[in-house]
Amino acid sequence: MAVNPMELRDTVLRITGVNPRKCMKCGKCSGTCPAYDQMEYHPHQFVAMVEKGDIERLMASPSVFMCLSCFACVERCPRGVEPAKLIEGIRLAMIRQKDANHMTMNDVPALLDSEMPQQAITSALRKYAK
Amino acid sequence: MSSLQKIGVFVCWCGSNIAATVDVKAVAEAASHEPGVVFATDYQYMCSEGGQARIREAIREYGLTGIVICSCSPRMHEATFRKTAQAAGLNPYMVEIANIREQCSWIHRDMAEGTEKAIILAKAAIAKLHLNTPLKAGESPVVKRALVIGGGIAGIQTALDIADAGYEVDIVEKTPTIGGKMAQLDKTFPTLDCAACILTPKMVEAAQNEKIHLYTWSEVQSVKGFVGNFTVEIRKKARYVDETKCTGCGLCMEKCPSRKTKSEFNLGLSNRTAIYIPFAQAIPNVPVIDTEACLKFKTGKCGICQKNCAAGAIDYEQKDEIITQQYGAIVAATGFNPISLERYDEFAYSQSPDVITSLELERLMNAAGPTKGVLLRPSDHEHPKTIVFVQCVGSRDTTDCGKPYCSKICCMYTAKHAMMIREKYPDTDVHVFYIDVRTPGKNFDEFYRRAVEQYGVDYIKGMVGKVVPHDGKLLVQGSDLIGGEQIKIDADLVVLAAAIEPDKSARPLATMLTASMDTNDFFTEAHPKLRPVESPTAGVFLSGVCQGPKDIPETVAQAGAAAAKVIGLLAKDKLVGNPCVAHSNELMCNGCATCENVCPYGAIGYIDKEINDHGRREVRRIALVNEAVCQGCGACTVACPSGAMDLKGFSNQQIMAEVDAICKP
Amino acid sequence: MQAVTEKKPFTPLIVAFCCNWCSYAGADLAGTSRLSYPANVKIIRVPCSCRVNPLFILRAFQRGADGVILCGCHPGDCHYSTGNYYTRRRMTLLFSMLDYLGIERERTRVEWVSAAEGTKFAATMNDFVQTITELGENVKLGDLRCKQ
Repeated sequence: MAVNPMELRDTVLRITGVNPRKCMKCGKCSGTCPAYDQMEYHPHQFVAMVEKGDIERLMASPSVFMCLSCFACVERCPRGVEPAKLIEGIRLAMIRQKDANHMTMNDVPALLDSEMPQQAITSALRKYAK
Repeated sequence: MSSLQKIGVFVCWCGSNIAATVDVKAVAEAASHEPGVVFATDYQYMCSEGGQARIREAIREYGLTGIVICSCSPRMHEATFRKTAQAAGLNPYMVEIANIREQCSWIHRDMAEGTEKAIILAKAAIAKLHLNTPLKAGESPVVKRALVIGGGIAGIQTALDIADAGYEVDIVEKTPTIGGKMAQLDKTFPTLDCAACILTPKMVEAAQNEKIHLYTWSEVQSVKGFVGNFTVEIRKKARYVDETKCTGCGLCMEKCPSRKTKSEFNLGLSNRTAIYIPFAQAIPNVPVIDTEACLKFKTGKCGICQKNCAAGAIDYEQKDEIITQQYGAIVAATGFNPISLERYDEFAYSQSPDVITSLELERLMNAAGPTKGVLLRPSDHEHPKTIVFVQCVGSRDTTDCGKPYCSKICCMYTAKHAMMIREKYPDTDVHVFYIDVRTPGKNFDEFYRRAVEQYGVDYIKGMVGKVVPHDGKLLVQGSDLIGGEQIKIDADLVVLAAAIEPDKSARPLATMLTASMDTNDFFTEAHPKLRPVESPTAGVFLSGVCQGPKDIPETVAQAGAAAAKVIGLLAKDKLVGNPCVAHSNELMCNGCATCENVCPYGAIGYIDKEINDHGRREVRRIALVNEAVCQGCGACTVACPSGAMDLKGFSNQQIMAEVDAICKP
Repeated sequence: MQAVTEKKPFTPLIVAFCCNWCSYAGADLAGTSRLSYPANVKIIRVPCSCRVNPLFILRAFQRGADGVILCGCHPGDCHYSTGNYYTRRRMTLLFSMLDYLGIERERTRVEWVSAAEGTKFAATMNDFVQTITELGENVKLGDLRCKQ
């Protein structure tokens, strides 16, 4: 999977409309993030890493899926950077990657249990399977 | 081109600067064939005494009505040659310069090319000169009195400096006392001297100076006129206490039964009476009655203050008074306020009394403040053990509740607060969340480092994400970007370094003064580097934070600079204007007010005048340019739909003549 | 054998309006720095770029100019605070009118040149002359009666 990191970055920026250069590195996003402790990379690092084009490292990290999309960082950011949108963009970029099939029909039985609504499995399959 | 001008053309060699690439003799020869040219010559250095003498001689000998100098840029020697012309009895504005050095000989290598261009430039100047008319600069008298709007440290310092030079100054202050924000402060950075100790003597000096007149509890209501001659109406609000009778004994305040109003001076941290002075050292030491709190005004029953006043100074019937006064110069010193933090829910400012602004902390630490200088939490009056400071609250914030600029003073006062708390209460933990610590200034960085190294203040690079009041404590959650962790602190007191914004009165004042403002409502300076204390509107000067965030030393420096500019203006008996101003042809003007709208100086007004239009007499509304205010930009000339507006010295016809001369094959 | 008569190379006539405070000083600086640009650029000094009536530009074209360039202070730096903002709007309108008339929009240009930008002034003039030379003679707006 040899993707030009800068192309990947431009894709993410295009689909999210976020400009990471607006970030003044105050860290308020990470200060407000409720999922901070579950993340390997934190919201302010997402912004900095995307700007550098260091996206593959982010994609490889489970941090991307630890974001609750609560948008507290978007709400609080004094410069209007919108880190949560960026994270969502990275998720989308991962999903849209060529030949990347993140979920197959065969994975479904293992996920089924009495707690999990069937609707969730169906939508996850729609979203993550190709 | 038919005019009766007798024109002389003088071509300068400028040594070899021009002569090396322009055949000066050929230029003089070509110019001599132009219509109206009665004399053309060349000389090595036209600007030298010898050259100027030749010009003067030629003017006299040939009875020249105008001269064209083909030489260096008019930016260089236009003034010189205008003086030369004047010395020979010619109107200085009958001089035109053809720039054949900077814009011809110096940029071209080829003699033929350079000469051809120089001839065309000379012809263009001749064509323009044919349409020149003698101009005389207008003069207007200067009223030797200045108005300072705002009685904070900026206004006081400006007034003191102007008075020192011997001119009358009036200070208009909208609160009951002068002193401004500085009076509310405890200590000042970086020397930690007490604000009151250095401010109150200045307040007293201003009050006692014979040349300074204080209008406190007053506002500017209208401004008319222009540089050197403003007419200002000042509304002196009813105090209900006669200033001439009051002795300042304070008995009225002691007896007043209405004691539940939040003190504005103490930012709501204490209460005051309905008849009050903001603080003990207020100047003037004359109380004001707050009609919204006063029982006499609310219910008609009370009048205790009046009964107790031995001087008989209380007058419930007092009315607002309008004072009209003439001024030569006006200084805006309207100052600032911290922004409202109501919309910053994440910091819980509205939810918890223990989340305070830095200005409120100043009051809590001030020996004359509500806690007599003992640092106590507003909620339970306990000593706070853990204090968190949050910097850049609303500063450098591009969302619509914040301000995009850096408020400049917060880094330093936060370091000051942190240091003073650690000094007074060494058992207190003090944490400062910062984005950047900005400490340019004399002894400023040393001061901040002292807070860290000597006083052990914990500086955390990162921002607070949220503050949650919980169980009498404040849970502060923020990020430590260097430590790479999210930290949670149980704090007793949270202090927010709120951004500062220009006072709300500045915008309407700017409209009255026709002074321009930026998008943040700071006054714009005439030039950001070279004219930092002048407004683009002539006669209006800027002092203090109304122009941009600044600390006390900078404010005082700027106040002095503004005073120097005012003194420079008032020292003149007459103002000589620029004669190249707009003027409207009253026969063509239809009074549509388009020109008035584009004028950046408010120089255009309207009058009703009887016009004799080819024998038909009628009264019309026509534009009238105030020549003392017009700066001659020409914006109105292009905007005018009827072509009535024109600019002297750069008229439509003159510019067209130049275009034609250049384009003529 | 060449049957074509020898034609003089086309040198366009350029009229430049420069504001007194920034661009005219920038042009002076180009001269002081000996930065050359073609001699067919002739400068007319105006107090502010907002003094330039679009009519002056049309007049120049009518009289045979091949290109007209208007230079003022950078937005926000105007000596008269707002003059160049007026210029910017007026010229936008003029451009759309010239477009409507079918005149190449490259023939008129607005540039912001500060008093410190001598290099930019010279470069701008060189570039503009180049553009106009490639465009060729102004035929559409020129008044034949004004030609030789």
